[in-house]
Amino acid sequence: MPARSDPEPLTTLSRVVPLVAAPATATSTGPRAAAAGKTHESLLRIKGLEKTYATKDGQAIHALHDVSLDIGEAEFISIVGPSGCGKTTLLKILAGILDRSTGEITMRGKSLSGPSRELGVVFQTPVLLPWRTVLQNVLVPVEVQRRERKRFEARAHALLAMVGLNGFEGKYPGELSGGMQQRVGICRALVHDPSFLLMDEPFGALDAMTRESMNEELQRIWAESGKTVLLVTHSIPEAVYLADRVVVMTPRPGRIVDVIPVDLPRPRRLAMHNTPDFGRFVSRIRAHFNSSGTLDA
Amino acid sequence: MSETAKRNFADRFLLPVATFCLFVGGWEATVRLIDISKIVLPPPSAIALAFWNGLLAGDFSWHLAVTLYEILAGFLVGAISGLLLGFLVALVPLAERIFYPYIVAFQTVPKVAIAPIIVIWFGYGVTSKIVITATIAFFPLLANTIMGLRAAPRDQIEMLVSYTASRWQVFRMVRLNQALPYIFVGLDVAIVLSVIGAIVGEFVGAKAGLGYLILQKNFNFDMAGTFAILIILSAIGVGLHALVSLAHRRVVFWMDTAGERVTGA
Repeated sequence: MPARSDPEPLTTLSRVVPLVAAPATATSTGPRAAAAGKTHESLLRIKGLEKTYATKDGQAIHALHDVSLDIGEAEFISIVGPSGCGKTTLLKILAGILDRSTGEITMRGKSLSGPSRELGVVFQTPVLLPWRTVLQNVLVPVEVQRRERKRFEARAHALLAMVGLNGFEGKYPGELSGGMQQRVGICRALVHDPSFLLMDEPFGALDAMTRESMNEELQRIWAESGKTVLLVTHSIPEAVYLADRVVVMTPRPGRIVDVIPVDLPRPRRLAMHNTPDFGRFVSRIRAHFNSSGTLDA
Repeated sequence: MSETAKRNFADRFLLPVATFCLFVGGWEATVRLIDISKIVLPPPSAIALAFWNGLLAGDFSWHLAVTLYEILAGFLVGAISGLLLGFLVALVPLAERIFYPYIVAFQTVPKVAIAPIIVIWFGYGVTSKIVITATIAFFPLLANTIMGLRAAPRDQIEMLVSYTASRWQVFRMVRLNQALPYIFVGLDVAIVLSVIGAIVGEFVGAKAGLGYLILQKNFNFDMAGTFAILIILSAIGVGLHALVSLAHRRVVFWMDTAGERVTGA
């Protein structure tokens, strides 16, 4: 990892288990470079992606049209767009849950089809298994991928501590609040140390206060771990607050209409929401939806 | 006692007891006042006496043991084969295509109607009763196992698949667990039906058992004795149902509301 001056305090996690994926990311790129607008080493390349599927009554739905996007190593990308713009479809295709119609997806130059061990996915709902304890839920990817359990169990404990859930390892999901469950879901997505994190409106079901603190936490996790994040969200301020670049999508058919680099300095504080610079980004994005008449964010 | 505790006590204990006393008292009074023949409807006091005498004479124990054995053996055989075929049909598409039409067709046949055939095939001993009981206990398990194995929510499956889970891992880590509540509902229905199966089998032709005893007492116009056996049979049903419910709550501990699932006898 490049010796970047990280102003964020190191958590216990960084000391116990280094979250940073070692030499693979040891280039001159990094979140800071992203903010400075330098070129990234490409991690994921999407080219001419199309998705059409048939509804039950035989109608063809054109969900994604000519989606192309280059995502750099350690970059944070937010995708915003109204309901039905295909952002969740795009994320499911990347996660390997859904097949694409045509188009090309490559990860570090290799064609990507189907699920990948290098991905961590956070869903709209926590999707925890109610018969497993919190710790067992976090360890699901480790179990599925047959990784060395002992090593990753320590990591799971550290991740849970990082999101403030130490002491909850033995509890069942039914005993946790919605916000706590979603944090368990985030730990699960990180436990196998994937280089790429996909998040599908992970904070949509949370109240505004919890959501803001989760945003801060996510920014910190991202900055410390050097992971690449693709975040799908309804909330324009959330997208701007977190992203290096905001991808704007519109529906019918779902396509990318704008990619906006956000050059606000890092680390970003919540108070930044009220600055004129922040406001300019928000209104530039919002303008797209006003013109298409489908504002719901 | 607090107010709510008092109300709970009244609701859960006093109310049923009061209803029971009123019912039994009304029954006794009606039979005595209208002077109904004992052959038609015996008063509760006569039933209690018959029950007590039967217990003292040791009349019931042998027949009770025979019937319990038929119920449990038939239940086990039927439930296990229903479970196994359910897994096969739910997991192997070829097995579904082969078996499913027959399952649907055979399910609509009233199993009680084939009891005489089974007695002819397997004789008057316990074997025929076990076969009849197994046939009846088989279908609730089959139907619920198939449905349960298909009940896993899509998001849980997609979550596992996104972490590169294989089909077998999805089965072991999600489908099996999601099927458990359904399987327990099947077990619950099957155990209650098993009591019916054993008694029907004994009605058709038997040398021992509580059903055989009921017929015998009926021939002798011993209505009080018949009713006394009915009490034993309900106690068996309630007891076995309670055991299955207990296991249900222990195994499917993560669900608050058990028993809100499909049945399908």
